Amino acid sequence: MTVQLQFRDLTLGYDRHPAVHHLSGAVEEGALLAVVGPNGAGKSTLFKGIIGALPPLAGGIERGGLAVRDIAYLPQVADIDRSFPIGVYDMVAMGLWKRAGLFGGIDADGREQIRKAIATVGLTGFEDRALATLSGGQMQRMLFARLLLQNARVIVLDEPFTAIDAKTSEDLLALVRHWHGEKRTILAALHDLDLVQAHFPQTLLLAREAVAWGATRDVLTPQNMLKARQMCEAFESEAAECKVPEAV
Amino acid sequence: MFSSLILAPFADESARHSLAAVIALAISAGPVGVFLMLRRMSLVGDAMSHAILPGVAIGFLVAGLNVFAMTLGGLAAGLLIALLAGVVTRTTELKEDASLAVFLLVSLALGVVIVTVNGMDIEHLMEFLFGETSANMNQDKLLVIAANATVSTLVLALIYRPLVLDCVDPGFLRTVSGSGGIAHFAFLALLVLNLISGFHALGTLLGVGIMIIPAAISRFWTRDITAMIAIACVTGALSGIAGLLLSFHAKIPTGPGVTLVAGVLYIASILFGSVGGLVWRLFPGRHLEA
Repeated sequence: MTVQLQFRDLTLGYDRHPAVHHLSGAVEEGALLAVVGPNGAGKSTLFKGIIGALPPLAGGIERGGLAVRDIAYLPQVADIDRSFPIGVYDMVAMGLWKRAGLFGGIDADGREQIRKAIATVGLTGFEDRALATLSGGQMQRMLFARLLLQNARVIVLDEPFTAIDAKTSEDLLALVRHWHGEKRTILAALHDLDLVQAHFPQTLLLAREAVAWGATRDVLTPQNMLKARQMCEAFESEAAECKVPEAV
Repeated sequence: MFSSLILAPFADESARHSLAAVIALAISAGPVGVFLMLRRMSLVGDAMSHAILPGVAIGFLVAGLNVFAMTLGGLAAGLLIALLAGVVTRTTELKEDASLAVFLLVSLALGVVIVTVNGMDIEHLMEFLFGETSANMNQDKLLVIAANATVSTLVLALIYRPLVLDCVDPGFLRTVSGSGGIAHFAFLALLVLNLISGFHALGTLLGVGIMIIPAAISRFWTRDITAMIAIACVTGALSGIAGLLLSFHAKIPTGPGVTLVAGVLYIASILFGSVGGLVWRLFPGRHLEA
């Protein structure tokens, strides 16, 4: 198996305080990996590191030859101005940015892809609806349609099913499984452990450091979960410098 | 009647220059105003119009009432401030409004000092602040306004896509492209360009009116950004034409004339606008089936 993402003694954080601490490991190409852990465990921080939005405090990430812009990313709370006067169709169409760029037009093939993506997430008929009129679930469906068009080899989803009803998360999960079938590499931060056990073959249990990483069955044990809960949120404003030697 | 009210004022050549200038200005400033409104930066545009004052004043000191010198001075001052504020916003925790406000205040203070120390006479100062009467538009000013409008419209077309995306979903834009920062700076440069045109046509204090009021009007008539831009251009041009006529007949400067007409259109839009107009709220009709 080829390695898609390699973390080498990776430390990520804010103002020198680590949120992800000395993480090492590899995500194989085509993996469907759940990232689990309490709030404040560093899941979102890890994802921001993967997409290059947050430079590491120490250590590094190798992306298997991919540029950071080849990675599709769904943030936990999308920073979207919902009052902006734009419709569903145009928002989804932005998934074709790589093809169309700043000035390129969208040809018949592109329009067909947009139509299909909107149909796949079940939003046919909503093309002209303004963002302000969408429900939370419809918004998430729209963002998945855009992810679909981005056609990325690596997809990073930060709590994609939080505050989403059962039917919507079922539909969107089917999409994730379809991507998995296409051998794309998927990382998803999740809180619903039943869902992780049912659908995600691999899990990383994170609590600033990796508590456990491997087959979901071996990772989600009661002992590990307890350990994760205890390790989390160790923030001290006057913390001393970390003594762990830097990896070379 | 029609000819004495509507046509007679434009018998004079410089009045026709004014007419061409406000229409060009309405078309180039309208879309910029729409983006200012959507980015919640309308007041930033207003404040920015004061910030170009020291540059214009320096241009005036160096070359007297020379249109090109004042344009270059204003452009330099506006771009410098936009750039400084942009750098501070993107590298520190300070938000755009706060970082701009600081630079604008300092700049305005500097402008007033330069103008006062060098004793600009009251007639020029009034003209400087409120615009000239419509009979005073000269060919040089028209040339500057037309050139600014051409550049502004073309550049806006180039940065339109990243600019829209940077407004609606900046996080996504950052993950697919690095063009957000460039688009933002280019937009601020266009803002400065249009403020200078507005200054030449309508004076420093009110030149920004033809940019911001039509944009606010457009919000009451549509929920689509393309239509908003079109409405802003048309209402801007209408306010410009009617404002020139008003300033001719009432013998007032063009700045307040154009701005007052736009203000009347704005109040009418608040009342009767098809998107959220107050009158429709009073008579909403029965709710629909689905």
